Amino acid sequence: MTRRLTAILALIGYAALLLPLLLLVAWSFNASRSGARWDGFTLDWYHRLLHRGDLLVALRTSLVVGVTATVVSTGLGTLAALALGRERSRAMGAIESMLVLPIVTPEVVAGISLLVLFSAAGVHLGLATVIIAHATFCLPFTILVVLARLRGMDRTLEDAALTLGADEITAFRRVTVPLLLPGIVAAALLAFTLSFDDFIVTFFTAGPGTSTLPLVIYGMVRRTVEPTVNALSALLVIGTTLLLVVTQRWTGRHAGEA
Amino acid sequence: MTRLRSRVAAALHRHPRVQATALLLPAGVWLAVFFAIPLAIMATYAFRPRHILGGVYPGWTTVHVARLVEPLYLAVLGRSVVLSLLATALALLVSYPIALVIVRSTRWRSFLLFLVVLPFWTSFLVRTYATIFLIRDTGLINQVLQAIGVTHQPLRMLYTPGAVLFGLVTGFVPFMVLPIYASLEKLDPALLEAAEVLGAPEWRRFVRVIWPLTLPGVVVGSLLVFVPSLGSFLTSDLLGGAKVELIGNLVQNQFTSARNWPFGSALSFLLLMVVMLGMLAQLRYTAAHAKGKTA
Repeated sequence: MTRRLTAILALIGYAALLLPLLLLVAWSFNASRSGARWDGFTLDWYHRLLHRGDLLVALRTSLVVGVTATVVSTGLGTLAALALGRERSRAMGAIESMLVLPIVTPEVVAGISLLVLFSAAGVHLGLATVIIAHATFCLPFTILVVLARLRGMDRTLEDAALTLGADEITAFRRVTVPLLLPGIVAAALLAFTLSFDDFIVTFFTAGPGTSTLPLVIYGMVRRTVEPTVNALSALLVIGTTLLLVVTQRWTGRHAGEA
Repeated sequence: MTRLRSRVAAALHRHPRVQATALLLPAGVWLAVFFAIPLAIMATYAFRPRHILGGVYPGWTTVHVARLVEPLYLAVLGRSVVLSLLATALALLVSYPIALVIVRSTRWRSFLLFLVVLPFWTSFLVRTYATIFLIRDTGLINQVLQAIGVTHQPLRMLYTPGAVLFGLVTGFVPFMVLPIYASLEKLDPALLEAAEVLGAPEWRRFVRVIWPLTLPGVVVGSLLVFVPSLGSFLTSDLLGGAKVELIGNLVQNQFTSARNWPFGSALSFLLLMVVMLGMLAQLRYTAAHAKGKTA
């Protein structure tokens, strides 16, 4: 009886999570313009995407922002994690728990506070302000992910390297970094995804000239029911799925090696 | 070159504290400049006279903060809190069963987990938009209801408060499932066996053993649903059709069409305070829980 109830609730949950995505992908091939019913299969909406130069520009902006914000946040985050992971002191514990604050701050508040900062400092909104904003909300996540890996790995290996005559720098380069690499890669992947998908913070920190892909999609979705946006969104869903399958295979293989 | 290197290495070895500070400094300065200082400036903006083109004038005033207690805005805040609490409760109602089903399955485990991780990584904007295909007048739910003869007219679901609630729940369910799944996975099976051997029926094993031990995961998941729900404006914008105004929409309006930055700043702080209250409740709970464990 309880098992059946559990199964039913889980099924409802899965349906609510996945049916919208399936419908979106299916309807991106629907020939009907209004989408009220199925009018046959078409690739028209995908074809039209090719003629939308603004989408390519937005994609490039999203990639530039995503890669730069990922490099900055993963770099700074890895350094900070090394410090936090090395020492177990009261001060370090306090710093670590303070990292939660940016994570739980509502995105709309974070976005607005940055808008206010840039306006008070007389900085024009553009590509740079979006990159700064993205690196900021990614940073606490990258610190926590690298820190988790650091805590999970065998620190005696570093001690062994030092005992065997390596100096601190060599031990760091030859032992710590290779062991830490999966954590750094995971942090970078998370940072890139957070940046690539972000709408709210970008909405407040992007100038009129700098539109990322989510901003363009939002604009299309709000204006009209235009089926090209279905094709674009479906491409994002399919892309995410493929990326996830590949990374899971990759991490699965690495877990097998260990 | 090598001498310099070995001297640096030796210096690092001798002064671990200096090393830790040097490593922390870049991230610390970054978060101070782009997280803490902006919030501080925003706090002062709440007390500045309004500039009608956006931004503020020099000088001080309390009119914006005073407006926060007007019934109109308190109603928006109340509606947002109630809707976010409902979203959290409903998310829990489906997330816990999903996590249980994943943990209990053996063959399909990684696939079932994948089906939760996929939406977790998919753009929130795209998922919210996709929800429209399910709940609009010509959407799947209405077509099924009409096909099996339950209704003859399409049920109006899109652009209602219910649609916003549904959007929040589906939007944030993955954030609730993953922490619960993590704590279920850590559960020691021996405890369940002990309860079973001692004759506890299934529901009792759940209430007395599984639920209390996974409560930390439930608390984290609830926070991860409640906080973004409270600050959301995308969901109400797309699924509520601007008819369901939440505090997130109100804040957004002050910085776009209404151009009232001081009032928007005051509202942001109100929002931040409600979130911090929720956090504080969680911290107190965790502290009490840790104490109870050692006792």
